[in-house]
Amino acid sequence: MLAMQKLSHRLANPSNFMALSGRLLPLCCGLAALLLIAGLGLAFFGSPPDYQQGQTVKIMYVHVPAAWLALMIYALIALSSFTLLVFRHPLADVSAKAAAPIGATFTFLALATGSLWGKPMWGTFWVWDPRLTSVLILFFLYLGLMALRASIEDEALAAKLTAVLSLVGIAILPVIKFSVEWNSLHQPASVMRLGAPTIHPSLLWPLLVMALGFMALFAALYLKAMRNEILRRRLKSLRKVAATGAGAALSQQAAV
Amino acid sequence: MDLGPHAAYIWSAYAVVVVTLAALIGWLAWDGRRQQRWLEEIEARGIRRRSEPTEV
Repeated sequence: MLAMQKLSHRLANPSNFMALSGRLLPLCCGLAALLLIAGLGLAFFGSPPDYQQGQTVKIMYVHVPAAWLALMIYALIALSSFTLLVFRHPLADVSAKAAAPIGATFTFLALATGSLWGKPMWGTFWVWDPRLTSVLILFFLYLGLMALRASIEDEALAAKLTAVLSLVGIAILPVIKFSVEWNSLHQPASVMRLGAPTIHPSLLWPLLVMALGFMALFAALYLKAMRNEILRRRLKSLRKVAATGAGAALSQQAAV
Repeated sequence: MDLGPHAAYIWSAYAVVVVTLAALIGWLAWDGRRQQRWLEEIEARGIRRRSEPTEV
């Protein structure tokens, strides 16, 4: 706990974060590449077809990790927002802002791959089922967070309002989690559940390796997006300094 | 590799993932390079943040 607090204080300085993330980024990229190559190898050459779904179960190896990340990234944004509003950590808003487009991308992937899995299994690309509809709401929530931030010029105000919206929106996470129990076409949880997973190990292992690969990829994308946002804020403050300097020079000229 | 009668759906799902993630990676790399270039340009004009030491 103390170590976490120390790290959090150290990272409150964006320069420290840039130095640390600069070292971590290549590691995350390498780890993601290794895990995804291994996961795809296992998925296509080391796992059998499902006894009911046949080879379409291969879509699970990209659909499920994308869906897990869609939820986890939203939880991360809500945690960052809470940290911003309560502790005013300097990197909390950078974190929330950087994670939103990545979360929206993974939510889109969960919806698109789920739709492509649904057509051969359910006979339709889309149905207004509780699970599908609640994930679509999550996707709109991500878009709403980005749109709200983009619509407010004052960055500090935009950060606060976006943080409030993301904390209100966290109610969607338990709805998504339990929606499969409400007369849904979607199958119930088979990995993240109380008790042992109900999925056969020959399908579970490739799924877990792919999920770890997706998480490493997310870590790399998230660090890169945070670094970009820090550079954007540095640039903005330098432009302010330049504008103030130019203004002062003009005033001096006018006085002479 | 025989992916059965629904192979088109399986390949489409993987194609969507690859194209979307490649676009996201490309956008982040392009944005990072653009910010870095603009920062270098403004710093080359001698503009520094007040917290940074000035060169003598």
